[in-house]
Amino acid sequence: MEVHQFRPSLPPPRMSVGVVGWLRSNLFSNWFNTLLTLLAIYLVWLIVPPLLKWAVFEADWVGTTRADCTGEGACWVFIKERFSQFMYGFYPAELRWRVDLTVWLAVIGAAPLFVSAMPRKALYGAAFLVIYPLLAFWLLHGGFLGLTEVETSQWGGLMLTLVIAAVGIAGALPLGIVLALGRRSKMPAIRVICVTFIEFWRGVPLITVLFMSSVMLPLFLPEGLSFDKLLRALIGVILFQSAYIAEVVRGGLQAIPKGQYEAAAAMGLGYWRMMGLVILPQALKLVIPGIVNTFIALFKDTSLVIIIGLFDLLNSIKQATTDPAWLGMATEGYVFAALVFWIFCFGMSRYSMRLERKLDTGHKR
Amino acid sequence: MRAAMQNPATISRPRASVWTDPQVRGWLFQIIAVIAVVAIGWYLFHNTQHNLAQRGIISGFGFLDQSAGFGISQHLIDYTESDSYGRVFVIGLLNTLLVSAIGIVLATILGFILGVARLSPNWLISKLATVYIETFRNIPPLLQIFFWYFAVFLPLPGPRQSLNLGDTFFLSNRGLNMPSPNMAEGFWPFLIAVVVALVAVWVLARWALRRFEATGRSFPTLITSLVLIVALPGLAMLVFGDPFHWTVPELKGFNYRGGWVLIPELMALTLALTVYTAAFIAENVRSGIQAVSHGQTEAARSLGLPAGKTLRLVIIPQALRVIIPPLTSQYLNLAKNSSLAAGIGYPDMVSLFAGTTLNQTGQAIEAIAITMSVYLAISISISILMNWYNKRIALIER
Repeated sequence: MEVHQFRPSLPPPRMSVGVVGWLRSNLFSNWFNTLLTLLAIYLVWLIVPPLLKWAVFEADWVGTTRADCTGEGACWVFIKERFSQFMYGFYPAELRWRVDLTVWLAVIGAAPLFVSAMPRKALYGAAFLVIYPLLAFWLLHGGFLGLTEVETSQWGGLMLTLVIAAVGIAGALPLGIVLALGRRSKMPAIRVICVTFIEFWRGVPLITVLFMSSVMLPLFLPEGLSFDKLLRALIGVILFQSAYIAEVVRGGLQAIPKGQYEAAAAMGLGYWRMMGLVILPQALKLVIPGIVNTFIALFKDTSLVIIIGLFDLLNSIKQATTDPAWLGMATEGYVFAALVFWIFCFGMSRYSMRLERKLDTGHKR
Repeated sequence: MRAAMQNPATISRPRASVWTDPQVRGWLFQIIAVIAVVAIGWYLFHNTQHNLAQRGIISGFGFLDQSAGFGISQHLIDYTESDSYGRVFVIGLLNTLLVSAIGIVLATILGFILGVARLSPNWLISKLATVYIETFRNIPPLLQIFFWYFAVFLPLPGPRQSLNLGDTFFLSNRGLNMPSPNMAEGFWPFLIAVVVALVAVWVLARWALRRFEATGRSFPTLITSLVLIVALPGLAMLVFGDPFHWTVPELKGFNYRGGWVLIPELMALTLALTVYTAAFIAENVRSGIQAVSHGQTEAARSLGLPAGKTLRLVIIPQALRVIIPPLTSQYLNLAKNSSLAAGIGYPDMVSLFAGTTLNQTGQAIEAIAITMSVYLAISISISILMNWYNKRIALIER
């Protein structure tokens, strides 16, 4: 008896697989799509080659003065020459090792927190959060225990930007949590106070807050007591940011199912223990990505301190571009600033997205 | 049995100390909190009074009537240096509103285009949109404003060597000069024709919808409306002559005379705010569209709706519900970010009032308080408006 022989299967049509197939389905699926693709290619061709020519191929990289910039493109010599000023501001050159050390301590100290297998992580984290700020203040400011004092008016550059952002978030976080709890409280007076506070700070721009802290704060304080400019700015930033943190944390509190509250109450826990042991650990875990996003916004907002005359990264660059020896370097300066800010913000947003995936454990049914 | 039927109110509670009663404690906490807030407020107020007296500053809003004595580069209403600080306030407010309004409109358009582009099946288009979004939302808005102002608009050539765009638009470091319209003899007939056309379109649309709902026969409303809107005013123009005379800017001496001018500060600010906010709006639009489940598209297509109608009648109305709340906060952010104008000297609320006026009069508290209340008022009005709109389009559940 003859056995039926299957014929071998045909290969897929050449036009629908591989590079050609991908191109056909993704770029040229119909006439409209083809038009869009051609338009996009034209746009890329319009932007990318001149940009590369300016930033890389025709740029000047070596030299020490403006006269060394002879090419058509960017003059990166300017950035190279002023780099240390952009990083440290007017911090005395022979003491800059203290800034470097502070940064290294932060990196080394925080590194174990990112290792998931680390035992007693919470305890270590808490200790780090208490000890590190004191150490950082001692190193950066000095004036006691054998280090010479460096006035905050000499601080500047990226270092000042990082200090404002870090102190801002560290101060705003506890205040924001308290405000969020207050807003969810059952006591009407507490709730009204918290809601008013939050909505006030969220309704005004940070610039007016900084203006306020620089011109009105001295009026509010008793005679003789005066803060330096940086501290006043920091107070403004903390109050402003705490309102945003409060709203993020409130989102987390609302996302915790009611059963958790009821179960905690049924166990006989009082308000503070219920919040501290049951609700907040879950709620804060939920809102870590939100807090990172708030931090990114704060990091971008630190550039506003230029308005009250602090020399953060952006202001250092702005001042450097008005230097008569380096006129016409505005584009290079601002592109460099944009690059630095972009690296920080983009890195943090990627990290926040990864966290979101990692922490996504429950509450979704 | 009988005990169980008893009124629960008569069951006596176990006696405990008054201090552990939650209600008593609640009252106590609230009283302490209120007293603390009042005490802090009084303390600050007292210090301020003392400090003001010490420095010889008289508080109050009398300074609003004084003559300001400084020039302003852009004013939407008439202004001379002898006008009062009150008028300066109005000019600053109008300039803030102007830049916010332009920014909101442009950022919404650009943001929607980018959001849809990011979801495009075209790989290149969606990647380009992603690159745009990730670049511009991670650069501080103030830096973007500085870039456009100091690196793009200020280095432009002066008015004499300005970039000439078809002899009508001139771009120089003094801004963009453009022709301004003046009323001509054909203006009123033209205006009437436009109004008539709009009313006719409205009536037509209502009639077409009613007939469609009653009989199922559709009417080419869009094309008819377009024809009406173009034809009626066009006819009026042919019969009665041009509605406008255009005043083209002319180079006289060192600057242009005649026509309108967009100052470089306004252009830099609007451009930066639009580019920055559009990146955020694009993300809101993308997540809104993605939030509509794919089953909706499939259901609409299986009912026989064409792709365009699926998008217009099924996807967009549902996506809007998700998009509107975050969109509101983007609008609020844009309005608040317009205060960054102070960084480049665009005469907005903050730079005119919290800056120049405060420095000249020394009325720190009044100037800051007025500025802050304006922003609070703007924020609250935008959120009320958007909440109303949100409620109107919200899903009405059982």
